[in-house]
Amino acid sequence: MIQGISGSRKAYGATMRGLCYLSLAIVAFLTFFMLIYVLYRGVGYITPELLLTKPSTLRNTIGILPNILNTLYVVVATLIIVLPIGVGAAIYLTEYARNQKLVELIEFAAETLSGIPSIIYGLVGMLVFCQLMSLQTSLLAGSLTLVIMNLPTIMRTTQESLKTVPQSYREGAFALGAGKWRVIRTVVLPTCINGIITGCILSIGRILSESAALLFTAGFAHNLNGFIKGMGSAGATLTVALYVYASERGEFNVAFAIASILMVLTVIINLLTMYMGHLMRRRIGE
Amino acid sequence: MGISGFLATKGYASNPRRLMEDLIHLVFLILGLVAVGSVLVITIYLIISGLPAIVEIGPIEFLFGTRWASTAKEPEFGILPFILTSIYGTGGAILIGVPIGFFCAVYLARIAPKKLREVMELCIGVLAGIPSVVYGLVGMTILVPGIRMLFNVPDGASLMAAIIVLTVMILPSVINVSLSALDAVPREYEEASLALGATDIETYFRVTVPAAKSGIFTAIVLGIGRAIGEAMAIMMVAGNVANMPSLFTSVRFLTTAIASEMSYSSGLQREALFSIALVLFLFIMIINAILNMLKKGNQKI
Repeated sequence: MIQGISGSRKAYGATMRGLCYLSLAIVAFLTFFMLIYVLYRGVGYITPELLLTKPSTLRNTIGILPNILNTLYVVVATLIIVLPIGVGAAIYLTEYARNQKLVELIEFAAETLSGIPSIIYGLVGMLVFCQLMSLQTSLLAGSLTLVIMNLPTIMRTTQESLKTVPQSYREGAFALGAGKWRVIRTVVLPTCINGIITGCILSIGRILSESAALLFTAGFAHNLNGFIKGMGSAGATLTVALYVYASERGEFNVAFAIASILMVLTVIINLLTMYMGHLMRRRIGE
Repeated sequence: MGISGFLATKGYASNPRRLMEDLIHLVFLILGLVAVGSVLVITIYLIISGLPAIVEIGPIEFLFGTRWASTAKEPEFGILPFILTSIYGTGGAILIGVPIGFFCAVYLARIAPKKLREVMELCIGVLAGIPSVVYGLVGMTILVPGIRMLFNVPDGASLMAAIIVLTVMILPSVINVSLSALDAVPREYEEASLALGATDIETYFRVTVPAAKSGIFTAIVLGIGRAIGEAMAIMMVAGNVANMPSLFTSVRFLTTAIASEMSYSSGLQREALFSIALVLFLFIMIINAILNMLKKGNQKI
């Protein structure tokens, strides 16, 4: 059989196969190189002092506790606001909307939002939230900007999992006399909870890695604040702190320490997403 | 007509549950419209804040002026260097990144064993999730000195460094979108080709790939969108001087031009930065329109 294939065809096959292996090797190398290099340069500088203090000019030390807390605050605030909006929008699209034109308009808007670069979100967030709504440069303004950025993610993942809820579940509940809202609340939403959780995990990943949109809206400060006071004042998240330490102050050791923390979180988030994907596929497979 | 009259005409007074249901329907409608409202607000704000400077400077001078000296005594606001840098940088990243992503996607979609595919999907997810400032940091400490030594140039912070960083950053989206396009090609196409005596590799590249053509185009356009919108990573490696682009000089992109001056800008300079954002937004909108056309094309098939 093999003898029937001409030399040039064999060469074509070998070249293409070779290019495939080469590309795969490049991608795998890049991933492991990034992981190992960042951890190698950074892990040694993650000390209790770095993690548990704020920067002190008196003692000339750098601590990233304020940045860790700011990141946490921004993640929590953004999710609290974006979840009801995103899940609600997805419910409207799959459960309520009758007008196909309106559905297309909303889906088009969501797609447009997901294509807009974060620097533009940063600018418009600064104009609308910081200046027009006079929130000043604050974590709240930053979170509101991230809400708009993450809205398409939550909408899409929720919508996808709403579509997998069998129509018969809804019909069964309607037949028992339940109203539409009751059906959504007690039957539809609990069935698609995995999709919503996946959306949250993806959003947390995006919030953790966001910097351009936060630079002009949440600003740069290292004060230790509680949640409420923190939301009202400026503060740098981990990524923004990394940027400033690396490119404005030349503190590469601190920058790599922050980068290692971010890398570990990125890997954890991806493992979680993968696990959620398995869970959902198993349910559809049933 | 008072509230009670309104309630009566809709039949709500006798049926409070219906009132409740309709109210909830309204709430969900409003939540659904948040996305539409956001797009409108972003568009309107960019136009309102971006147009004045373009009018004041003159559209031709603004778009095709080759000198940007925003803080000089007699300031000049020509953004052609930024536009060209963004186009060259994106073009370079696409030129290197798309072939790598394409071959990787074909391999993962058809040739790779299931376990390897799972591991690689995790790798690609991690690559996509790494914050752009981390790419910038690694670029600053490895690429920039590397380019300086390798090519013997005075400063490694250059368009070249930015292209390499962008290449790595667009790889995950190029691979993921191509992969789902290839996955969607029916096995029957390949079986027919194999039955006619084509080898497996010939089948993948001459039957499966053409069948997934528009999905792969989508991946490329998406990669262009990612590259043109990236700011922080290239800000850290491209040097940030407003030169006309060439491979080994320090350059500014549309995105980094905004980011690097925003914090201390005022007056016409600040307005000009918003105009740059408007130009960037136009580029993104064109890319979105192309994506939509591709999507419609996909649905027809």
